[in-house]
Amino acid sequence: MTALTKENSSQIAARISFHLATHKTMPGALLPLLHAIQGDIGYIPEDAYLPISKALALSVAEVHGVVTFYHHFRRHPAGKHILQICCAESCQAMGGEKLATHIKQTLGIDYHETTKDGAVTLEPVYCLGNCACSPAVMLDEVVYGRMDATKMAELISEARAV
Amino acid sequence: MIKSYPIKIFVPRDSSALSLGADRTAKAIQAEADKRGITIELIRNGSRGLFWLEPLVEVATDEGRVAYAPVQPKDVASLFDADFLKPDSKTAAAHKLNLGLTEELTWLKQQQRLTFARVGVTDPVSLDDYLAHDGYKGLQNALRMTGAEIVKSVTDSGLRGRGGAAFPTGIKWNTVLGCQSEQKYIVCNADEGDSGTYSDRMIMEDDPFVLIEGMTIAGIAVGANMGYIYLRSEYPYALKTLNEAILKAEQAGYLGDKICDSNHTFKLEVRRAAGAYICGEETSLLESLEGRRGQVRFKPPLPAIEGLFGKPTVVNNVISLATIPIILDKGAQFYADYGMGRSRGTLPIQLAGNIKQTGLVELAFGATLRELLYDFGGGSATGRAIRAVQVGGPLGAYLPESQFDTPLDYEEFSKIWAVLGHGGIVAFDDTVDMSKMARYAFEFCAIESCGKCTPCRIGSTRGVEVIDRIIANKSNAKEHAKQVQLVRDLSDTMFDGSLCALGGMTPYPVLSAMNHFGEDFGLEAKGLETFKSAQIKQVAA
Repeated sequence: MTALTKENSSQIAARISFHLATHKTMPGALLPLLHAIQGDIGYIPEDAYLPISKALALSVAEVHGVVTFYHHFRRHPAGKHILQICCAESCQAMGGEKLATHIKQTLGIDYHETTKDGAVTLEPVYCLGNCACSPAVMLDEVVYGRMDATKMAELISEARAV
Repeated sequence: MIKSYPIKIFVPRDSSALSLGADRTAKAIQAEADKRGITIELIRNGSRGLFWLEPLVEVATDEGRVAYAPVQPKDVASLFDADFLKPDSKTAAAHKLNLGLTEELTWLKQQQRLTFARVGVTDPVSLDDYLAHDGYKGLQNALRMTGAEIVKSVTDSGLRGRGGAAFPTGIKWNTVLGCQSEQKYIVCNADEGDSGTYSDRMIMEDDPFVLIEGMTIAGIAVGANMGYIYLRSEYPYALKTLNEAILKAEQAGYLGDKICDSNHTFKLEVRRAAGAYICGEETSLLESLEGRRGQVRFKPPLPAIEGLFGKPTVVNNVISLATIPIILDKGAQFYADYGMGRSRGTLPIQLAGNIKQTGLVELAFGATLRELLYDFGGGSATGRAIRAVQVGGPLGAYLPESQFDTPLDYEEFSKIWAVLGHGGIVAFDDTVDMSKMARYAFEFCAIESCGKCTPCRIGSTRGVEVIDRIIANKSNAKEHAKQVQLVRDLSDTMFDGSLCALGGMTPYPVLSAMNHFGEDFGLEAKGLETFKSAQIKQVAA
């Protein structure tokens, strides 16, 4: 995990207070709040646990418990792009596993890892609802269907370029 | 003949169509039209569900919409060259991508689209389009009825929960209706996590108003003034579309206080899930909505009596709720006239995996798997024999060819120790190794287990290990037999002892793979029948 600089961490604290203020009175606020924080900062910093717990009258352990329960929430910053590879049955039936191995080799990383240049974080996902166009991947919330090694290479190099 | 201009061109905005380049196609069409000085009206409709043909472009004519598919940007210039916007253009009719009138395509014509009547036809976020295609007729009827009358209509329609459990929707609603409480809720389970299923996604992206209408009717029926759509985080397009549609419905008085000038209030909010498969289980979904870890609750109390924030709550799947408007519009009997046995109405079936013609097929219950795989699906995508088919998501059984004549009906499927679930069909060709699929079923259960009950939490991990030992000991008969017995005992424990369907149903894919495809596990097919019948007895009990 990249250590936060002092300046950086006070900015983050300010943004977290903003999200706390907008979500505080919402019934069942924790998930929407965590989505807002991650959407803004890119992950849920551990420094956020205490202010969240105070605002929502929870214990720090409860906040930690929720953050770690859900696959979607990350506790560390991700790379510039997030590439999700569907590992579910429909994509397996269409060669998804082979494609996943190929992507891992090309990027030189495994699932839950980020490339050395910080460009791509690779995550497994269990169904993107694109099962009619397997194998499917999602890059930064844009879904792609009927993927193969060639299309994958194009996609990754396009992503790296921006 | 005088044509009204500009000509309407339809290019889908459904995420599967987008995943195959529909946005690029739409842009290319607009650019080409601009270049040639032709004014067009480009409409981003939902998908007709013929995903093997996406991006499927349609052009409006007096006779109906004409389909061209699949259209990639490189094809656009040739379509303009062939005068595809001109009525009766002979060159357009002869174009290699011309499929004729969309409505006449056999694949669509042979379906019975009730819940999906508008999907692919309309602009998903146009309320006017929705109203012009029978939208909100069900709500208008519901506003003239008492809650009990609405519930009776839903009960009489025979609608059963389309999420997979197949519990009669009307009975659930009646329980909530009968509860005395100031506050009640309608919760839509849109955590469609099963592989091979995408009908919920299509409704939300391609006809969101029908879900909004269904939830509003549910609210009026049981006396709930607040609804939540718990939407999986993997569906960012659906999130955007739903929020846009909700805003439009609010602005037009279809949501909020005094709906359509009545005394009813109904508000709706979309809540994003966070990638936990277990949250598709209704009690863990409620935990998650309340802001906690998605751990399964003990039942009783039933969510209908003590649900969200401890209040009476209707929890229904997207398809169940999206089917309510047509029942209230056309009547309970109209819907109940479709189907077979105790499975009334239609089921939106999703063809996925290794199938040539993948897509959405809505049919009355009773069609066989074979018709779907071969008549609609056209066989496998790879051209090899279809060896195994998983129906009903990752917790559904794998069926061999000998069971392909089973009609799609809840009871017929449970007779063969299988489930219909949410209507997803994933096909595998003969290159599949079923021992790997059984291993994956345990692995998936281990990744997604909420951890509350031991059979699921521990059993799933032990299951992976045992399958590995079965595979490793194929040539060691004694050890192999021991491990096979172990996986069966483990499956029994998970089947009987798990708190919810995740651990409880993981034995379906595991044992069906072993029973029907024993050769992949180093087993002889002989002697397996006894075990299967024992399981069937268990299900029946």
